Amino acid sequence: MKDHVRARLIKNYIFKGLVMLFAFISLLPLLLILYYITKNGISVINWDFLTQLPRPIGEAGGGVFNAIMGTIMLIVLSCVFSIPFGIAAGIYLAENREGKLSNIVRLCVVVLQGTPSIVIGIIAYAWIVAPLRTFSALSGGIALSIMMLPVIIKTTEETLKLIPYHLKEASLALGVPYYKTILKVVLPSGLNGILTGILLSVARITGETAPLLFTAFGNQFMNWNIFKPIDSLPYRIFYYAMSPYPEWHTFAWGASFILVVLTLAFNLIARGVSIKWKIQF
Amino acid sequence: MENSVLTVDTFSAFFGDHQVLKDVNLSVPKNVVAALMGPSGCGKTTLIRCVNRMHELLPDTKVAGKMFLNEKDIYTMEPIVLRRKVGMVFQKPNPFPTMSIYDNVIAGYKLNGIRHSREDFNNIVEQSLRSAALWDEVKDFLHRKGTFLSGGQQQRLCIARALAMNPEILLLDEPTSALDPKSTSQIEELFVELKKNVTMLLVTHNIGQAARVSDFTAFIYIGELIEYGPTEKMFTVPKDKRTEEYLTGKFG
Repeated sequence: MKDHVRARLIKNYIFKGLVMLFAFISLLPLLLILYYITKNGISVINWDFLTQLPRPIGEAGGGVFNAIMGTIMLIVLSCVFSIPFGIAAGIYLAENREGKLSNIVRLCVVVLQGTPSIVIGIIAYAWIVAPLRTFSALSGGIALSIMMLPVIIKTTEETLKLIPYHLKEASLALGVPYYKTILKVVLPSGLNGILTGILLSVARITGETAPLLFTAFGNQFMNWNIFKPIDSLPYRIFYYAMSPYPEWHTFAWGASFILVVLTLAFNLIARGVSIKWKIQF
Repeated sequence: MENSVLTVDTFSAFFGDHQVLKDVNLSVPKNVVAALMGPSGCGKTTLIRCVNRMHELLPDTKVAGKMFLNEKDIYTMEPIVLRRKVGMVFQKPNPFPTMSIYDNVIAGYKLNGIRHSREDFNNIVEQSLRSAALWDEVKDFLHRKGTFLSGGQQQRLCIARALAMNPEILLLDEPTSALDPKSTSQIEELFVELKKNVTMLLVTHNIGQAARVSDFTAFIYIGELIEYGPTEKMFTVPKDKRTEEYLTGKFG
């Protein structure tokens, strides 16, 4: 009898141990990536690397200032395009849970989320680059905003669905018009969820390379004009890593390090926002 | 029907094909508490929601008959205008979670974009909170979030929010059903105090509450108004057999 119990206890321990082991193993790739990138990348990070432009082939030194600024510009542009559309669509879906249009929109969101990013790049090329006859920051921003849309729509919808109906009633019963009820009562109550969604989608597109290859294209120089090609961190990494020069390889590690830090920062801020700004009903 | 704040004239309400209210006639005089009681699902909440037309938020509703608020036809008014004149307090306390206590009280003004000076707003807030018997408890932290208050305090905050708009009638939809006995009795005392200035229509499925706070009582059963009259009379000598059975707890 006693042996029987012991055998079970041992099995329990083995089971718990295995689960923990697998949890740890799934953590390993991320830790290794972080370790490797930090080890190789941190040595090139210095003030010059962050503030100087790339030098021509054969000249030592230089930095990735244009790529950092380019990535920031692309993020801003894609936010400008995707946030209004995404939040509006999310409101529509949360307010109209059934109905033909809602179901079609929901299906499209799922399909859009699964669309390969390179395809979105081609679409942006056909829509914007080809008619304007130039690669541009604008086209890159639009490609990335299409990638952000599904995440923003989905999180906005899910967040707003969780807002208790009685809050809306309270506002409507005060004679507040429907649109103001949505904008001033429902949206602010769900702000933390929506912001979290936006930040996560930004984190997602920060590292996107494929849609930028034939839209933003890349640029050796600093460019602030959104109708001209622009550099970005992922593109710069690609460019440096493909080059035959050892110094540029280390630059690629440095740029990767910056990119990972940016992505991590967005994720952490998103977590902070969702915890700190949590609203109690 | 003179001097009545609310007049309900052969009023019926339908959800789809289902008739929820059948030819209800009712008149509520000024500065009284009128209670609507009846078993669950009898239509009392529908009746109260027809007064500020909140039932229209549900799909496929229609009404027949008339309702007048101070002799103005409720169903020819814009709902937005009507609802500013009719205060409502719900079952569950529902202060706005993003707003401070102060902003919650003047939410009706703020959200509707009605401007007043800082001083006027201060007065409105103080007066409304005093009327709702909440001022002494919250005056030192008016700028904290309303959701930190206890359930009973939150409900009184919601009453203050409704009072701040100077409503012509205050609708109370089972306002104490989510509260503990102590908060309930505080709020019942408050109603008795409030009726000096406000007319109230109270939905309750608590017979005792109707007896304690109301001047007039209506008994509704399966969409029909069975009996309506002074509370004292109805509780001592009910005219209808069904009222008597309900009051003695035979059903409901």
